Amino acid sequence: MLNDWLYIGIFLAISAFLPAAAIVIAGFLAPKKPNTIKNQIYECGIETVGETWVQFKAQYYIFGLIFLIFDVETVFLYPWAVAFNQMTLYGVLEALLFVLILAGGLVYAWRKGALEWV
Amino acid sequence: MTFISDPINFIATWLRIMLANVGASPDLTAFILSVVGGGILATGAMLWVTFLIWYERKIIGRIQDRLGPNRVGPWGIFQSFADMLKIFTKEYITPNGADRVLYNIAPVLSVASVLLIWAIIPFTVTSYGVDLNVGVLFVVAVAGLGELAIIMAGWSSNNKYALLGAFRVVAQLISYEVPMVLSLLVPVLLSGSMSLNAIVKAQNVWYIFTAPLAALIFMITSIAEVGRSPFDLVESESEIVGGFNIEYSGLKFGMFFVAEFLHAFTSALIFTVLFLGGWRGPGAEQYPILGFIYFSLKNVFSYFIFILVRGSLPRFRIDQMMDLNWKVLTPVSLGLFAVVTIVAKLVQGNPNELLRGLFLLIANGVILLTTSLVMGQFAARRRRHLDERAEGQKLRVRSQV
Repeated sequence: MLNDWLYIGIFLAISAFLPAAAIVIAGFLAPKKPNTIKNQIYECGIETVGETWVQFKAQYYIFGLIFLIFDVETVFLYPWAVAFNQMTLYGVLEALLFVLILAGGLVYAWRKGALEWV
Repeated sequence: MTFISDPINFIATWLRIMLANVGASPDLTAFILSVVGGGILATGAMLWVTFLIWYERKIIGRIQDRLGPNRVGPWGIFQSFADMLKIFTKEYITPNGADRVLYNIAPVLSVASVLLIWAIIPFTVTSYGVDLNVGVLFVVAVAGLGELAIIMAGWSSNNKYALLGAFRVVAQLISYEVPMVLSLLVPVLLSGSMSLNAIVKAQNVWYIFTAPLAALIFMITSIAEVGRSPFDLVESESEIVGGFNIEYSGLKFGMFFVAEFLHAFTSALIFTVLFLGGWRGPGAEQYPILGFIYFSLKNVFSYFIFILVRGSLPRFRIDQMMDLNWKVLTPVSLGLFAVVTIVAKLVQGNPNELLRGLFLLIANGVILLTTSLVMGQFAARRRRHLDERAEGQKLRVRSQV
């Protein structure tokens, strides 16, 4: 068990190392002549105006919240699904009740217009 | 165990014995084997991308009635190597005012997040990186890292368009993760395990036959997760310049490109493992090398479908894309989950596996039929509404004239 996660750790290190090494090698091979005009931000073809890190619309936040609800739900449902074969029908119906409450949340968000892209 | 039937384990065992003879402790041996195995797998995956790019360009070329790359080497097979040489010698620019740390980590993380999935893919009955008992959850969790890379790239570029692009991408990716995760529940539920190898072993009948709707939802959402046509709002060159990677150049941009292709292929890998029976086929248990051949064939087939979808469908509008996810795929996958659990529980006592599969297939068909009927009704109503509005506008214009 510990060996499994050791392997994952090593693999994470390797999979981060490979692209990083490629970029470093490219840094040696490629020419490096930065200047002020070249380093300017491209934006859409004209010079940038004002701050970049500005406020953004709240719509993204709402989608993020709905996503969070469903994602937490899955963390509960996966262990339940693993134990599915040893379960009685009562256990299944209980999980369905849980899903139904979440579906109620989705319907609420839908009716409130939170799912409209504006 | 001979070299012909299972070369990978043969070499691994040979290496283990040799290390023991040299006098290495078991822990050190495990560590060295992990480093060697992981290194070969990850490097192989990175090199494989150059082939994938050629393969995909060739097929897309054929779909669009072109020849595709055909100059460098036979059938243009070395085109990607030429591109790689070019991109290695291209200067990369860090824009003024960029957040340097995040800006440099983002391309590395986007590749790493995809490569990490390869650690748990079972290629044959005996050769896999590691058989995690939480495999499916691991796949979902690691896919989340890719979103982090995108938001980092967009945020650190100091460019409003890149930031806007990143927001849109992340909104798309997190939304499509919901039905994807729900459709992945179905194989877990039917096999009673989250380990990928156990799921493959449980597929006496492939899950694409017992749970075709889950397979369809998984395929749609994984195309959306990769962010290619028809869900290529990630790029949408005509709308928000180049998306989140507009300020990247040279190999740093190339890394996002590699990550995209590798992600598409990895999605096909997971699709093969979960729904097409992975390495299963006649004789695959005795001769693991046969299993690898079956796996590759199935995988090429599923990747071909990914490319076919990319080559033939036009891009969605962003509100349509969000509607498809939240108003169609999510409710359908919730309904699918509910129906599959009840049906699977009711037929569980039946010893005939084919009959059980048939019941599940019928349940899936019923949901698919209901969905298409309801969607047809909605679409007809919406069309009528739009037509009436257009008619009203025409009348108004005419009365003004």
